[in-house]
Amino acid sequence: MYELLHDLLGDSLLVYVIGAALPLLFVLPFAVVAVLLEMKVSAHMQDRVAYMYTGWHGVLQPVADILKLLQKEDTVPAAADKFLFRLAPFLVFMGGYAGFAALPFSSAYIGSNIDLGVFYILAVSSLAVIGLMMSGWASNNKWSLFGAMRSVAQIISYEIPSALSILVAVMIVGSLNLQEVSKFQEGGIQNWIVFGGPMPLLQKLLLLPFTITAFFILFLAGIAEVNRTPFDLPEAESELVQGYNTEYSGMKFAIFYLAEFANMFLVSGIVVSLYLGGWTSPFGDVMSGPIWSFFWFVAKGMFFVFLQVWIRWTLPRLRVDQLMYTSWKVLTPFLFVCIFAVGLILVL
Amino acid sequence: MLTEFGKVLLFLIVGAMFVAGGLIASWILRPNRPYPAKLSSYECGEEPVGNAWVRFNVRFYVIALIFLIFDVEVVFLFPWALVYRELGLFAFLEMAVFLAILLVGLAYVWVKGDLDWDKPVPQIPKIERDRPAYKQQTPAEPVAV
Repeated sequence: MYELLHDLLGDSLLVYVIGAALPLLFVLPFAVVAVLLEMKVSAHMQDRVAYMYTGWHGVLQPVADILKLLQKEDTVPAAADKFLFRLAPFLVFMGGYAGFAALPFSSAYIGSNIDLGVFYILAVSSLAVIGLMMSGWASNNKWSLFGAMRSVAQIISYEIPSALSILVAVMIVGSLNLQEVSKFQEGGIQNWIVFGGPMPLLQKLLLLPFTITAFFILFLAGIAEVNRTPFDLPEAESELVQGYNTEYSGMKFAIFYLAEFANMFLVSGIVVSLYLGGWTSPFGDVMSGPIWSFFWFVAKGMFFVFLQVWIRWTLPRLRVDQLMYTSWKVLTPFLFVCIFAVGLILVL
Repeated sequence: MLTEFGKVLLFLIVGAMFVAGGLIASWILRPNRPYPAKLSSYECGEEPVGNAWVRFNVRFYVIALIFLIFDVEVVFLFPWALVYRELGLFAFLEMAVFLAILLVGLAYVWVKGDLDWDKPVPQIPKIERDRPAYKQQTPAEPVAV
């Protein structure tokens, strides 16, 4: 992609600015589609119809919502820390968006081809945690404070399982760069790491139970890290009004909302790149190429976004102690077993 | 040419620019009519009581400490995992020893109960009273007709 832009525009900084803005051109339409998806799916799961008036079957409703939020008054509470209150949406969005830099959208496009790859995503997404904490504290509101505290406790607890389950895939591939991880899984559905990767048959069968476990845990920890049901304690409406963004209104609230949806796709993208072949086609060489690979990546990502919506309307919310129990006493020991077993299988 | 981390910096800048652009656009469009009641903290419509910046039992500081240890461990594990297939059995044994030491630590905090959420033990006040008041009332004398 960068080569193409170079050919078109010559060697200027504009090339890189456009390269860095491309994921934004994906995130904004994605957020519109995801809001609609969430509302429609939840409604039909509960035998309702959701938006029907704006456009055909209400498809324009998210756009109307954005236009409405743009015009809404943006209040800053008199008791709040004004500077931190205004800074928090920036950090939350930048933390999520910077993660997109290392996500391979297609065989021809990755924002920044750094070797650190997925490790960098883990590190930079912590910026969003600081933003959440900042928004909760700066609001000077009890609901916001509780929400932010819960959110931090939850995210730091689930960072260990997600890092360890990423490690299982990294051990098999031997690279942190998600572009190379995707290339490693080329050649069809049987080469995806969730099915043991492109290994000899016996090794593949031995790896299978552990890679499936690690894949499942990575997705679970991902849901917890983006604070979605059943791990949505930080913004539990029935307990905490709106959680850390209770005091936010207008465009600042929209930014928090957008960051949440962007993170949903980021998490799905990591799961897809590490375990489900990233942009590779499930049929080997059929339907591969830069455009098709973009299609496959987005299709797989959207499937996981749909799965997150589905889970949201299926499972009730966990209690705080159950949340900690799941992370430390179930997922972490399971992953240590996985790492140990995968290590043994790869060596022998 | 820009280095790969230069591109990362551009991502951060583009993200910040987008947020700034959105906020500026809404600043041009939106009304701004604040008054004291609108700017008070939200407490479900009641008058806000006190300040939210109080000392607050975060309850998970032990978990935060354990997290720090495991996070450092993960940092050690990543370079190991990266070259694992080239190093072979030696790397496996060495990391097994390292992990075993850490797992003893995990087992210790587990048994000690530090991984459990610090649940509050509510003390229900007990009111000393020998018998309900209504039973002490003497029945009214029947009125002679």
